[in-house]
Amino acid sequence: MKLQRKNRLRATALGALAVSGALVLTACGSDDNTGADAGGDKTSAAASNIKCDDAEGQLRASGSSAQKNAMDLWVKNYMAACSGVEVNYSSSSSGEGIVAFNQGTVGFAGSDSALKPEEVAESKKICKTGQGINLPMVGGPIAVGFHLEGVDKLTLDASTLAKIFDTKIKKWNDPAIAKLNDGVKLPDKPIQAFHRSEDSGTTQNLGKYLNAAAPGDWKYEAEKKWPAPGGQAASGSSGIASQVKAVDGSIGYFELSYAKSQEITTVDINTGGATPVEATSENASKAIAAAKVKGTGKDLALDLDYTTKAEGAYPLVLVTYEVVCDTGNKADTLGTVKSFLTYTASAEGQKVLTDAGYAPIPEAINAKVRETVAGLS
Amino acid sequence: MASTTPLDIPPAPPATRGRPKSTGRAGDKIFLSLSRGSGILLLVLMASIAVFLSYRSVIAISKDEGNFLTTFDWNPAGDPPVFGIAVLLFGTVVSSIIAMLIAVPIAVGIALFISHYAPRKLAAPIAYVIDLLAAVPSIVYGIWGALVLVPYLEGLNLWLDQFFGWTYIFEKTEVGVARSLFTVGILLAIMILPIVTSVSREVFLQVPKMNEEAALALGATRWEVIRLSVLPFGRSGIISASMLGLGRALGETMAVATVLSPSFLISLHVLNPGGGTFAQNIAAKFGEADEFGRDALIASGLVLFVLTLLVNGAARLIIARRKEYSGANA
Repeated sequence: MKLQRKNRLRATALGALAVSGALVLTACGSDDNTGADAGGDKTSAAASNIKCDDAEGQLRASGSSAQKNAMDLWVKNYMAACSGVEVNYSSSSSGEGIVAFNQGTVGFAGSDSALKPEEVAESKKICKTGQGINLPMVGGPIAVGFHLEGVDKLTLDASTLAKIFDTKIKKWNDPAIAKLNDGVKLPDKPIQAFHRSEDSGTTQNLGKYLNAAAPGDWKYEAEKKWPAPGGQAASGSSGIASQVKAVDGSIGYFELSYAKSQEITTVDINTGGATPVEATSENASKAIAAAKVKGTGKDLALDLDYTTKAEGAYPLVLVTYEVVCDTGNKADTLGTVKSFLTYTASAEGQKVLTDAGYAPIPEAINAKVRETVAGLS
Repeated sequence: MASTTPLDIPPAPPATRGRPKSTGRAGDKIFLSLSRGSGILLLVLMASIAVFLSYRSVIAISKDEGNFLTTFDWNPAGDPPVFGIAVLLFGTVVSSIIAMLIAVPIAVGIALFISHYAPRKLAAPIAYVIDLLAAVPSIVYGIWGALVLVPYLEGLNLWLDQFFGWTYIFEKTEVGVARSLFTVGILLAIMILPIVTSVSREVFLQVPKMNEEAALALGATRWEVIRLSVLPFGRSGIISASMLGLGRALGETMAVATVLSPSFLISLHVLNPGGGTFAQNIAAKFGEADEFGRDALIASGLVLFVLTLLVNGAARLIIARRKEYSGANA
């Protein structure tokens, strides 16, 4: 018995060693890949234009994972230009970012939606003489991706999208879809609509869009939680993208970058304008340009126009904000916050966004952001 | 644990508090106080965790506008906040039952094979491999389940729907890939296989040789030996092994969260995508939840805790009733 146990232990140890060794090796492999993906040689820093000013030390930030890929590029470029400064953006979630901001543990927070009134009230404790404000920094189209054998181009409008995601339209050859797609041979297959299983700012923005553009067909309130009872769920944008990639007859929504990296065909949206609009960075920027600033004072929270019929404007967009104090920033990180956000809002910083599948903020709003950043104290 | 043993010891005289009189050597004293300290620390820790959980749960439940036990929704961030555990309780129990139904017979079979049928040279490697299954992190099971198991199960699902649709349970009424409670059950079954197997195997190896030899001497075949001496002797062991496995199945988080397509609907059609479990829901909702939302999740965790407690209690009762077969009497 004793002997046997010893042998077993030894064999278990060997097996464990083999398995963990394999895991370590594969872990290294995938690390290298993502590094190359996220980095991208073409966006190497043109260090000359980044003004480091009195940036120094460590800047911690936290928040929305929707802007993670953009932040990664920005932080990389910025830290390459300003030696001795360390910016650390942990992409958890908008909610967590705002909680961290209101506890004073981060220099700024990234958020998918503007601060709620009660969050502004709470921020006054941290921003002693001022309050938290929203700076629109990253725009992005929410792509609706689909996978349907034999169909490589599909046009939908807000109303059919609402009915599809509410599982009111159940077949791909439904007359409502056929009407929007003249000459496309739609198969008699059930539609498998995928939504996010966890709470998500992307879900909320899709809800806002459907509320505004198809109020008759989408009765749910725009919340981070998926509201409709039907359909299937997957975790994260990446989870939905891989489901759509794998399942014939599926449709789902995610940020454009996921559609690009997984090579998923996206839906063109019929906004009621002359031609259906494709989900691209440029088209999303055109829609964001129709937005109005609804924030007061230095707050630049945007009111997006989801019903825009402007030529080539892709209306299903989300804008993520950086949340900072307008006055009363902590002195030890103020310089770094100003310098870093000046870079991200600069023409050069915004240009990086297009490469990463995001949409730059239109120049008119961008100018105000730079002005506000310069005025932080 | 060994709830009856203290009764066998004559009650210690109240005057002597250091009950097991130590030999007076330093090592004994240090060890005594160390072990006693650890015991007390454990109790204090458990008590403070329980107090913390109950406190946060009470905060959440008092603000819940729905019925915590019967509401089919989870929206503590909503206005008004509404959340309930009905779907989670159902999903947790159903997926665990499926897992037990699949895993226990297989695990007992493997354990019998290893302990009574396999040649020694084969038995040991099989045992190692089964044990190694327990060392695979659950997220790996989750990824494997999502990438391999789910696509492969589509065929099985259609087959079950076609030939066993009349059972209601296997009727597939909604389209969708096999991201269902049934798939989760299969995955959980694989995950709890090692623990059930290895405990059962140990128990089967403890069967007194004399019992088996007596049966053989009476002319019993190998199967009759197993039926007449091994299985009755090992029954309480199999039950405790199953309960250990059930404990793991009830609390499994990442694998379920990766494979299941969660929804807040209850359906007995186990092949339909949908449902949810306590642990999966906590993992999925924790990231975006605010302070209050986390309290609500903690409240749901408390229910899982109570559920696990009930299951373990029931197992103890069953085992206690079958004391005559316990290893101590052999």
